[in-house]
Amino acid sequence: MAPSEAVTEIVVGEFASLSGATASFGQSSHKGTAMAVDEINAAGGVLGKKMRLVSEDDQSKPGEAATVVRKLISRERIVALLGEVASSRSLEAAPICQQAGIPMISPASTNPKVTEVGDFVFRVCFIDPFQGTVLSKFALSKNWKRVAILTDVKQDYSVGLSQFFKAHLSVNGGTVVSEQSYSSGDKDFKAQLTAIKGTTPDVILASGYYTESGLIALQARELQIAAPLIGGDGWDSPSLVEVGGKAVEGSFFSNHFSVEDPAPAIQTFLKKFNDKYHEQPDAMAALGYDSAMILADAIKRAGTTEGPKLRDALAATKDFSAVTGKITLNPQRNADKSAVMLEVRNGQFKYVETVAP
Amino acid sequence: MNEFLQQLINGLSLGAVYALIALGYTMVYGVLRFINFAHGDVFMVGAFSGMYLSRWLKPLLAHWPEWLFAVVVLAGSMAFCGVLGIVIERLAYKPLRERPRLTVLITAIGVSLLLEYSGQLLFGAAPRGFPSLIESRSLSGLGELHATNIQAFVLTATALLLGGLHLIVMRTRMGLAMRALSLNPTAAMLMGVNTNVVISFTFGLGSALAAAGAIFYASLYQAIEPFMGVLPGMKAFVAAVLGGVGSLPGAMVGGLILGVVETLVVGYSKVLGIPPGYRDAVAFVILILILLFKPSGLFGKQQREKV
Amino acid sequence: MGSRNSLLLCVLVFAVVSALFTGHPEAAWPLAQIDDYLLNILIMAGINVILAVSLNIVSGHTGQFSLGHAGFMAVGAYGSAAVTQIGGKPILNALSFLGGAAPICMFVLSLLVGGLLAALAGFAVGLPSLRLKGDYLAIVTLGFGEIIRVVIQNTEAVGGARGLTGIPAFTTLGWTWGLAAFCIYCVSALIRSTYGRGFLAVRDDEIAAEAMGVNTTKYKVTAFVVGSFFAGLAGALYAHLIGYITPEGFSFLKSVDVVVMVILGGMGSTLGVTVAAILLTALNELLRQAEQYRMVAFALLLIVLMIARPQGLLGGIDRWLQARRNRS
Repeated sequence: MAPSEAVTEIVVGEFASLSGATASFGQSSHKGTAMAVDEINAAGGVLGKKMRLVSEDDQSKPGEAATVVRKLISRERIVALLGEVASSRSLEAAPICQQAGIPMISPASTNPKVTEVGDFVFRVCFIDPFQGTVLSKFALSKNWKRVAILTDVKQDYSVGLSQFFKAHLSVNGGTVVSEQSYSSGDKDFKAQLTAIKGTTPDVILASGYYTESGLIALQARELQIAAPLIGGDGWDSPSLVEVGGKAVEGSFFSNHFSVEDPAPAIQTFLKKFNDKYHEQPDAMAALGYDSAMILADAIKRAGTTEGPKLRDALAATKDFSAVTGKITLNPQRNADKSAVMLEVRNGQFKYVETVAP
Repeated sequence: MNEFLQQLINGLSLGAVYALIALGYTMVYGVLRFINFAHGDVFMVGAFSGMYLSRWLKPLLAHWPEWLFAVVVLAGSMAFCGVLGIVIERLAYKPLRERPRLTVLITAIGVSLLLEYSGQLLFGAAPRGFPSLIESRSLSGLGELHATNIQAFVLTATALLLGGLHLIVMRTRMGLAMRALSLNPTAAMLMGVNTNVVISFTFGLGSALAAAGAIFYASLYQAIEPFMGVLPGMKAFVAAVLGGVGSLPGAMVGGLILGVVETLVVGYSKVLGIPPGYRDAVAFVILILILLFKPSGLFGKQQREKV
Repeated sequence: MGSRNSLLLCVLVFAVVSALFTGHPEAAWPLAQIDDYLLNILIMAGINVILAVSLNIVSGHTGQFSLGHAGFMAVGAYGSAAVTQIGGKPILNALSFLGGAAPICMFVLSLLVGGLLAALAGFAVGLPSLRLKGDYLAIVTLGFGEIIRVVIQNTEAVGGARGLTGIPAFTTLGWTWGLAAFCIYCVSALIRSTYGRGFLAVRDDEIAAEAMGVNTTKYKVTAFVVGSFFAGLAGALYAHLIGYITPEGFSFLKSVDVVVMVILGGMGSTLGVTVAAILLTALNELLRQAEQYRMVAFALLLIVLMIARPQGLLGGIDRWLQARRNRS
């Protein structure tokens, strides 16, 4: 690397699933991250230098994340790493960053184990236990005590969410009347739903991604199951409504933010995103944006890009006004912040309430 | 009891789709003694061609009755996949007819990967909603049980297609030629059977059936993606083996049995003590057991390999 | 045979050099200068060589087409990780009398456990496969691979779908290429032994072999067991390289990757397959930006190869080298 370059710019790495099975998540978070870096540079950069984002595609494949992250660290000499949405790939990258002393910020990996890897690993989202609790509290507040759970056993995210939901619900007066599972890619859920129907639940938790949840809703209605469905942030995609149509109406899911929130931070973000990409941002985009903004803030406070100092500055992040809420990084390096509950109404995701930690 | 009957209905409608795909496997195997690995991916192409066809035709045929529109889309996709099947056979398999079976098998895997990844390139990896050709309605008069008109339609259509296929194989000259070829290719050729035409016809017919299966499957489950054919394709293969490869009624029965067994395993996982996550393993366990204990399947004829 | 020996020599020298000189920044060797990324690719290449050479003994030499290699790799990965990650502390304590060598001994133990468990799985698959050939065998091995994956996915003790984290990073360039050399040596030696003749007899004409009194069962099962053992070793190396494994990483698509290496390299050619595994690993990096086109291109290549050059791109290279040597 030419010395002049090193002086004028701060290189930040990003790894995301830009292609492959979860490309839609990766592309969203990438758009948010890239927009944040552009904004930071338009405002004069950090420490008088421009920020340069180097992105690598891990193709949504196991094993690839480890390779591209090593590439970013040893070839691009990045000072910090942003990514990934999927916990399984963040878990591949985290030990490498920890060992190299490069701070890593995951925008949306909710598996608690990610930040347990070491003190260089942070995240700007809440974690599965919290989201499980939010959903359980919400169900109980609606007086839905008998819950059926449908878990995607192929997705670590879904398994975790169901587990933490159940843990909270069962000690707070609810009962899990039926536990069923499927594997992502399945199209037929009638067997599980028929078994669920026999247990007459008040609500069904579909803790997997939107790809299957829309279909689950459809088939539940075909079997005349009237119980509403609830899910986590994996539902956040227009595809949920495209596939699920009328069947997902009246369902609820937890998310990181709501586009309906009148807060100025969110509305400005919406407008800027719309101007740049001509589409509505989803939660992954907002979290990608926040991850870059929090990094820039920490670099400013640290006054340097040296790994250990930057880590300490990140760990000291307190009440940072981000798009997805006020973020304080707790001693476990997770973001303490609220979640929102959304309802599917007329094909749109309507804001219902905010649930504080 | 009601729940059991309901699971039976679920299983049968799933099994009907397996059966339709299995028919294609069985026909090709019967004539060529080779498993067309790419069959499940032709199935996927059938679903996507149905989606595009119906989007394209919708404005043109807006005033047509629903069922007629559905039949047009079905026929269009079947024709498209039929041609695709013939083209695949001509380009990829025909040059290999005298080669070892392993070579043909690898080529078939190549064709399968080609269709999957080209599909991903063209249509993207995310699942797409399949337009509902027929409005889904609940059938009345079943009491506590629930079935939709689409489920009923799929079961009926599968039975009709099986019947039609049986007529073609047993009552037409082409069918006679197919049977002759399957019995002894050399002798058939010497008797004046045009091998190339018969093989093309078989591939075309098998692929058209896969397309029909795809339209039914997509109407039942309403989401399609480039890798959607992999699992149903493998399960249909298991169904074909279960029924006895080469036997048409065998494929049908095998498909229905597999659909029902899979559904019951998931639905009664607690009682059976099998975690429902094992669903996809069920088919393979059945396959291995069948191959070990009755390789000829339920309806197949015992065959010995001659030197 | 000459080319095999020289191949083995090359790999062995590379392994020794890399074992000695990587990780010592003060060393003046070029190998010491390579960065973490290149190192990772070289290790991946070594793991792929083991996978491809071990599949080759089943598919190439014995003619038993297997689509379940990733399943054996998974058994090895999880088996070895169970030793170092789940059983880590107690095992280290038990080995404490070895002093500083305890972690390495534990790693060796984990490699053995991974390899042997995979070999056991290979035995279990090999036995029923005796009655099957060609297409059926391919599907059954595919089925076994999927069953292994589903079982791991539903086993909470090894993390289930959430995967197993915190596997210590024991895998080095030296270990990987040393084991690759060991694998190539074992396979070459096996091929040259009476077993080798048996393998070829089964591949070329099973019925004739049986008629001649060749115990085809024995050879098929041996091929499966040996192939699976090395696939298990590769899995163990992989687990201790990445540090985190999920059942999803060992899906059918991973098996297909290995099959492509073997076919491109030329079935039955150890040298061809080794070169193909290295080339494809490098190509994966070079074409990273064009991933979607890469798989389409590989698929087309498979079809064209089977029609035009079924011995693979590099198949026959052994014979060519041999012929050249004879001429000079």
